[in-house]
This record gives sequence, structure tokens and C-alpha cells, in this order.
Amino acid sequence: MEQVIMNQLSYPILSTVIFLPVLGALLILITRRSWELLTKWIALGTSILTFIVSLTLFTDFDKSTHKMQFVEKHSWIPNWNINYYLGVDGISILFVLLSALTAILCVLISWNSIKAKVKEFYISILLTTSFMIGVFCSLDFFLFYLFWEAMLIPMFLIIGVWGGPNRIYAAIKFFLYTLVGSVLMLVGIIVLYLYAGKSFDILELMTKNYPYTMQLWLFWAFFAAFAVKVPMWPVHTWLPDAHTEAPTAGSVILAAILIKMGAYGFLRFSLPLFPEASKAMTPAMLTLSVIAIIYGAVICLAQTDLKRLIAYSSVSHMGFVTLGIFALNIQGLEGGILQMLNHGVVTGALFLSVGIVYDRTHSRQIADYGGLATVMPIYAAFFMVFTLASVGLPGTNGFIGEFLILLGGFAANKLAGVLACTGIIIGAGYMLWLYQKIFFMEINKKIIGLPDMDIRETITLVPLIVLVLWIGIYPNSFLSFMHASVQHLLERVNAGGVQEVNIAKTILEVVR
Amino acid sequence: MKLYLLIPFLPLTAFVINILLGKEVLRDKAHWPSILAVVGSFFITITSVLPQAMAGKVINEDLYTWMVSGTFNVTVGFLIDPLTAVMLVVVTTCASLIHIYAVGYMHGDKGYYRFFAYMSLFTFCMLMLVMGNNFMQLYFGWEGVGLCSYFLIGYYFNKKSAADAGKKAFIVNRFGDFGFGIGVFMIFLTFGTLHYAPVFANAAGITGQTVNFLGWNVDLPTLIALLLFCGAVGKSAQVPLHVWLPDAMEGPTPVSALIHAATMVTAGVFMVARCNPIFNLSEIAMNTVAIVGATTSLFTATIAITQNDIKRIIAYSTCSHLGLMFLACGVGAYAAGIFHLYTHAFFKALLFLAAGSVIHAVHTNDIQEMGGLKKYMPITYAVFVIAALSAGGVPGFSGFFSKDEIIWSAYASHSSVGKLVWLMGTAVAFFTPFYTFRLIFLTFHGKYRGGHPEEHGHSAHGSSHGSHQGEHHIHESPKVMTIPLILLAVGAVAAGWVGIPPILGGGAHFAEFLKPVVGHPEFHGTHAEEWGVMGLSTIIALSGIGLAAFFYLRKTDLPEKIAKQFSGIYNILYHKYYIDELYHYTIVKPTLWVADKVIVAITDARIIEGIVNGVPGAIGKFSGNLRKVQTGLAQHYGILMAAGAFFIIALVLLLR
Repeated sequence: MEQVIMNQLSYPILSTVIFLPVLGALLILITRRSWELLTKWIALGTSILTFIVSLTLFTDFDKSTHKMQFVEKHSWIPNWNINYYLGVDGISILFVLLSALTAILCVLISWNSIKAKVKEFYISILLTTSFMIGVFCSLDFFLFYLFWEAMLIPMFLIIGVWGGPNRIYAAIKFFLYTLVGSVLMLVGIIVLYLYAGKSFDILELMTKNYPYTMQLWLFWAFFAAFAVKVPMWPVHTWLPDAHTEAPTAGSVILAAILIKMGAYGFLRFSLPLFPEASKAMTPAMLTLSVIAIIYGAVICLAQTDLKRLIAYSSVSHMGFVTLGIFALNIQGLEGGILQMLNHGVVTGALFLSVGIVYDRTHSRQIADYGGLATVMPIYAAFFMVFTLASVGLPGTNGFIGEFLILLGGFAANKLAGVLACTGIIIGAGYMLWLYQKIFFMEINKKIIGLPDMDIRETITLVPLIVLVLWIGIYPNSFLSFMHASVQHLLERVNAGGVQEVNIAKTILEVVR
Repeated sequence: MKLYLLIPFLPLTAFVINILLGKEVLRDKAHWPSILAVVGSFFITITSVLPQAMAGKVINEDLYTWMVSGTFNVTVGFLIDPLTAVMLVVVTTCASLIHIYAVGYMHGDKGYYRFFAYMSLFTFCMLMLVMGNNFMQLYFGWEGVGLCSYFLIGYYFNKKSAADAGKKAFIVNRFGDFGFGIGVFMIFLTFGTLHYAPVFANAAGITGQTVNFLGWNVDLPTLIALLLFCGAVGKSAQVPLHVWLPDAMEGPTPVSALIHAATMVTAGVFMVARCNPIFNLSEIAMNTVAIVGATTSLFTATIAITQNDIKRIIAYSTCSHLGLMFLACGVGAYAAGIFHLYTHAFFKALLFLAAGSVIHAVHTNDIQEMGGLKKYMPITYAVFVIAALSAGGVPGFSGFFSKDEIIWSAYASHSSVGKLVWLMGTAVAFFTPFYTFRLIFLTFHGKYRGGHPEEHGHSAHGSSHGSHQGEHHIHESPKVMTIPLILLAVGAVAAGWVGIPPILGGGAHFAEFLKPVVGHPEFHGTHAEEWGVMGLSTIIALSGIGLAAFFYLRKTDLPEKIAKQFSGIYNILYHKYYIDELYHYTIVKPTLWVADKVIVAITDARIIEGIVNGVPGAIGKFSGNLRKVQTGLAQHYGILMAAGAFFIIALVLLLR
């Protein structure tokens, strides 16, 4: 038996958090179609309940250990050695919480803007939430893959049914892109399963050592799935289309949670399963990250569509995340994980904010705005805080994440660190340009008389503002979750590495 | 609860109060929380912090741990030593007076509460910057003041030029911060900590070490010092990143006085002085600081003599004076640099506020539309002259003592570029009084040349030469503005008396006070030389005033003739050496072009999307062709079957 801490609570907390939204979805299913208000309240109620239950994870988590906690394990398909196996550690726990929080915000923001097929919409939102939390909690590859693929279906529907004019193209592109990557990962999973003597147990697989060539092949197989999800350059082009066409809630889920799964995959699988390959591939990964940072930022300078700009900025920001992860030192990794959380909060918030004006104007064109700070001052203030967090200003969460990543990246490779810093300059450029075009200067006559944010919209954004400042001013409440797990991960990566370096050295000496 | 903690946190509280209650509750009383807070900070500084620092007590305490990741550990902590104490005096004094002045200046403005909220936030960030005990907190304050500067420059955000100027300031500063940030990383990699005390204590240990930086082997102290200096170049508007400061004049005048003269822009000088243990290790870095400072000082002074916008002239003057401070730091005379920072804060804030008083009265920034204002605004005129005399370095005034110390330090230092920068500094000593008095003569003397834009909208831009319409509307500013002016004028005269050099019978108390932090450079020069250097710069300064008087009081048609005669030089100066245009065409435009025409149009849309849409397209085409085989016609299938059978039989026969 592995070193895990079984769930000590009187109820299976992770299963509860995963399946509460499903329960909500079932309730909505049996609700009469005309009772839209009830549908919404069921969705809101279940998502709030899910979040409250998940808070226990936050308070009861033992930060002193890297071991999986709140573990549940039940035999599921014994013939194939498949288990229903759940648990969280310092790397995954924060994303469970973020997913639960995001669900609430998505329900709130869609309250008035989704008018067609209301039942189906909220069912999709709740199911996506459930599957996403499942991905972060799974400790069995079979179960993981199930959640990983299942998540695509409601997301595909959210984009394809409730999206913008070009939604069908975007939805299919999103689906195919991610599916192609995932299928390669599936092959990788099966190879691991067979090699390790028919085991899907992720923790058990992590304790084994794999031949270097096999690691290399599997690294790239998993890379295909994760790189698409992150998305890393050059497989990022589904993201702008999907983000732009998705309804607000869809963009928020995509930005806040779904694209985190790629980076999470690198952390959970690629690094510990294939440590030597990961180390060997570091230069390639750092290069791709730096390209993503700069490319994503430069491309933002030429955008005319509000959502597209924020979507491309995600490419740049996620480049920072992968840079931090493959810096393979503690600052980089912790910065990377924190930045995943930050990006979820900030970009999620930016998409929510865009949704708020989109509901009023039904325009995503930057040129249709101007002088909005005079018309909607409270909204302008909120948007400003998120802009600053996105730019990485000290005092906001963005700063902490970026600083640690750049510190780690710089320590790992000075050139990568320096080049990544240029992304910050361009980042300030496009975000301030965007803010100026929308909020400053003369009032565009198309936006005269728009009402400022109402209470529902304000409530949606307030939790995110709190997180922006909380993480910015006292990041240790979040960093402290990671220390033990990241330390353990690094030990695992480095333990295998010593041998590899020596081999390389011997080869060099022989050659000389 | 430590008393000194109130110094930064009082303004922060005022900010929070104003943001939450300012708009709906406080409205035209929104200045009260901000003023009470900053005056409170001022009193704590004067009554508690300064006496302790003068008694030689240094405070270095952590408040809480900000960030931990592996061995990386920084706190929010405070260091109060003589250098911090000086900065606290400068910041709280100027901020208090400028806050009070702003009550009159901003009266009736739509965003009154917003203005005071930002001013309080700025004060908080500036105080955090100077009080921090580590590089992270310095960086926090550094970016924070930059942010407030962005907000306040773009305060009239419905105006495009104001919004543009704010953005420009922010982005240009990011270029400097780029180097600064990497410098901070290098410090962490080298020393394993970001706290001042251990870094500076171990600084000497890295002497002579080299490090591989992006393929070059460079001297470690030089690298760190120059990277840090990048940040100072941006924040303190030195060449080549000086371009944002003149544009920053789009902000309300109290902002220009506080942020863009007295406090924020001096943060770069403060940082260099704070990091003197690192800078001292590298001659290259020191010489760079001195040369950049001297060049900026001379370069911007020459621009100032041709400008017509009252605030921009003073802004260029600020660049010039900041250059002198860096010049001092670069020759090792940090105390002289900080001394000038301190006296400059008074006379430059005064110049700006007096200019604001003028603008408040005539509603234009163009000195060509002013003239003859001295009879309407006697107090403003008097304080303006005092500020100009101080800025120009006329003996007896604050500015004289600090400027003289800088010029003497440059002359007498061991620095290999000392004599060169001394010459440049002496040349600046001529330009400074010249452009300042040109400003005074054009503004306050002669005849009024403007209309009154508010009364006569059509006479906006100098079209009504000699018009006396609306002139009677001009009047002196209210007391809430003139009293801060008078108090600052006292500072502009007397603040420098704490640093009178021994040669003039003083005790150089200022330099002595700072000695524990920044040391004291060794001079080599005789008393005679010191008298000579002082005498020379004084004569030059007075001749600058004289020439200004000759041009703008006596032969008032002469400047225009000279401008025509030497139109080439004049145009270069008038267009600020075309630096803005240069950046626009070499950096801004190409970047946008690449973004739009290369990355969006070609790389993303054609190459990557071409492949992404191409692969499914190709598969689709292939299957489309394959589908044609399935025609559904029985005779086609028959033919194919026959052909297949024939093929197999032929194959079998051939292989046999």
C-alpha cells in the first residue's frame, strides 16, 4: 500500500464534491422547463454547497506532508485492476477549490444572459464542474482519462449551443484539437499500464523507473495532450476561437480551469513519471514557453476584439506557467502553480467583466467603446484592478506568480529569464492600451447611458478581487500548501537525474 | 504597534476611506482624510523618527513574511536610518504642503475624491519605497508610485493626450524596470537574500568576481550595479528614457509638483545612494552613472531654453537637476546628491506650484500668451523668483549650497571622469538660470499677451496679441494656495543652510548626518581651488540671469531673430532632438507592424492555421475522393470485381 492518508472525515469528501454538481444536474433534469428561476436557483444552490463542502479541504489539509490526502479507494473493475481512487495533495487541492468557486461565478454571470435552453445550459455547467474536479482528484489513470474526456462533452455543447455566430466552427475545432492530443496520451497510458504489470495506479506508476527511450516517447505522447490544453505555442490556435465564441460562462471555465489541466498534467504526470525525459527536454520546453510568452503578447497588440485579446494574453500567461514548471526549481514550480491559480482568477475575472458589458452592448469590438470610466465608474474600478493583476503589479497576485517564475526561470536559464521579462513590458503595453481604448478618452456615443454594475454582477466579481489582493499581499496562505508536495516532486525529478548526468559526462569523456 | 508604522499606513487608510466613501459621502470634503493622514505622517516624522535618527538609532524590523519559496524568503520590513529619515522629511513635508495647496487648485473638480484618493495611495507607496528594508519592498513601492503616477497623469482621462501620456510613462518605466528586475534576480542568485543588511554586508565579497551573462563574461558588481541603474534611468527620467516626464505634465499641477519633481522621480537617486556598497565596487558603473547624469543634465537643459509650455520647461529642468544628482552619485559624492535631492524638492515643488497658481489664473500653459502678471499676482511672482534664484544656484539660497557641493565634488573627486562631468555641470549652471529667468520674464514682465480663453473662446492660441480683454479677470490665488507657496519659499531659501560647507563657515551637517550610510568621498583639492570652482559657477549662474534679462527684458525682438538665424539648431532643440519621433519609428511602429502584418496575418493565420485547417481539409479531400468509389451503381461494382479478379489471377500466374 502506498503512502497515502485515507479520508478521516465521516463522509467521503472528494466524492461529495465531485458528485454534488451531478446531483444538482439531475434535479434540474426533472424540473419543469418553464420553471427557469427554480432551475437557476438549483444550479446556484448546488454550486454554493459544493464550494462550502470543498472549503473543508482548505481548512483540514495537512500542509506538512506531500502525501495524498482525503483518499478514497474502492475496487471498480477488478478484472482490469481498475480502481475508484481519489485523493488530493498540495498541487491539486487549490484547483479543486478554484473549480468549485468558478462554478458559482459562472451560474451568477449567466443569470440573465442565457435565455435559450436554460435547463440544458445549467446542466452542462454543473457537469463540467463535476468532471473538472474529478480530473484534479483522480489517482487512477482510467478514472482520470474518463473525467478528462468526459469534460469535453458539456464544454463542446456550451460553446456550440450557446456561443457566438461562429460557434460551430469553434466548437468542432476545440473538440478535435483536444481529442487528437488526448488520444496520444491514451496510447501512452496503455503502454504504462502494460509495462507496469497491468496497473492504472498513478502513485504506484510513479515509483517505478522506466527506460530512457521509453520515457522519451511517453513524454511526447503525454505532451501532445497537455500542450494542446495549456495551450502551448504552436498548438494554441483553438483557444482564441473557442474563447471568443463561447458564452461568458464558457470562456470563464475555459480560462480559469480547463486550460490549467495541461499544466497540471505536466506537474502530476510528465515530471514524476518521466523525470529523465523531462530534464532532457527542458531546453525545448523553455524555448516553447518563451516563444509563447512573447508571441502571445505581441499578437495581443494587433487585436480588435476584446475577448480575442484576452484569449491571446492567456497564451502569454500560460507561457509563464510552463516556463516556471520546466525551470525545475522550487521557485519556478511554486510560482508556476501559483500563477495557474492567478491566471484562473484574473483571466476568469476579465472574461466575467467582458461579459458584463457584452450583456449591455452585444459588441466585442474594442472600437465600439471609449470613455466607459465616465459611464460605468464602479465597473471601471473593478476592471482596473484585474488589469493591474494581469500586468503583474506588486500588491496583486500576478506579481507574486510572475516574480517567482522569473526568478526560477532566470536561475535555470538566464537567457530564458531575460527574454521572458520582455513579455512583461509588452504585457503592460497591450493591457493599458486596451484599458485606455475602452475606459478613457471621449465617450463613444454607443455606450451613453449604460447602467453601472448591479448587485448580482458586483457579487460575482468581489470574490475575485479579494483573491487578487489576498494572494498579492499574503501569498503564503497559498504557497504554504505547495511546499511539501513541490519539494517531493523535485526530489523525484532529481533523484533519477543524477545518474543521467553522469552517463552524459561519461560519454563526453569517452568522446574526448 | 510601532509609531513609525503609522507613517505609511495613515495615508493608506486615507486612500481606503476615500475610495469607499469619497464619492457618495465626503464629496467636496474628500481632502480631509488625505490631509489629516499626511500631516500626521509629517508630525510623526519630525517629532519621533528624525530625532531618533539624529541620535544615531537605526531601526531594522520585519512586520511579516511576505513570500516564502524554498530558500527565497522576503518580508515586509522597515529600515529607518539617516538616509530614510532624510527621504521621510522630504516626502512628508512636500506632500503635506502640496495636499493643502491642492484643496484650492482642484476646487470644484468632478473627480475631487478620486484625486485625493490617488494622492494618498501615492504617498503610501512612496513611503513604503523609502522605508523598506529589502529589494522586494523597494520594488513594491517603485511599481506602486509608478502606478499612481499613471493614474494621476491620466487624471483627465477623457482627454486623449492625458491618457496617452499616462500610458507612455508606465510603459517607458517598464523598460527601466526590466533591467531593475533582472538586477534583483542577480542579487538573489549572488547573495541568496534580498534584504539590504546581509546584501550590503557581503557586497565587498563579490569584488572581482565574473559571471557568465548571456554568453559574455562580465564583472559581477558592474553587472548588478548597471542593471539596477536601468531602473533608476527610467524612474528618474534620465537619457535615454527621459521622454515620459515632459509628457507627464498632462497631470494636474499638484501632481507634477509632488510626483514629478519632489518625490517619485528622485526614487532613482535614492536607490543608487541606498545601493552605494554595490556601486562603489565598480568603476565602470560609477562612471556610467556620472556620465548619464551629466549628459542628461546638459541635454535637457538645452531643450528647456526653447520650450513655451510653462510646465514642460520646469519638467526639463527637473530632468536636468536629477542628472546633477546622479552626477554626484557617480563621483562617489552620494551625500551631495541626496543633499541636492532635498533642496531640489523644495524649490522645484515651489516652481511647479507657483506655475500652477499662474495657470489657475490665466488658464493656459503657453508662456507666449502670458506676460505682465506680476502686478496681478505679487505673491506668486515673489515666490517664483525665490524658487528661480534657488534653482539657478545664486549664493545664499538652498540650491546654491547643494549644487556647489556637487560641482566641487566632481572637480575634486578621484573619479576618472570627474573633470569631464565637472565641465558639463558648470555648463548646466549657465543654462539653468537662463531658462528659468526666461520663463519669469516672459510670464511676469512686459505686457499681457493673452486673451481670456474662458471669456473669449475664439482667442485661444495667441491669436489676440496685445489684447487686454479679460486681463482684469486675472487675480492672485486664494490663501489655501498661497500659504503653502510661502512655506515652500522658506524652504527654498533656508533648507540648504543645514549643509553649508566648512569653507563658508558651516558645519556640513547634512553630509555628516548621512555619513554612516553613504560614507564620505576623499577629495583632493586646495582651498583656493574650492573658492575658484565656486566663484566660477557663481559668475556663470549670474551671467545666465543677465543674458536672460538682456534677451527678454531689453532686446525682446532678439530671441526671435536668433531663432531664425540658427533655425537648424533651434528646431532640433524645439523638437527635443527628435527623440520621441526616433522611438516612434524605430520601436513602436515596427512592433505594431510585426504584430499586425507578420504574426497575425502570416504566422498565425497562414502557417499555423494553415496546417490546422489543412490537415483535416486534406483528410476530408482524400475521403471525399475515396467516397466516389462508392457510386451505388451495380455495373461499377461488377467492373471493379472483374478487374480485381483479373488482377489476382494475373498475379498468381505471374508469381508461379
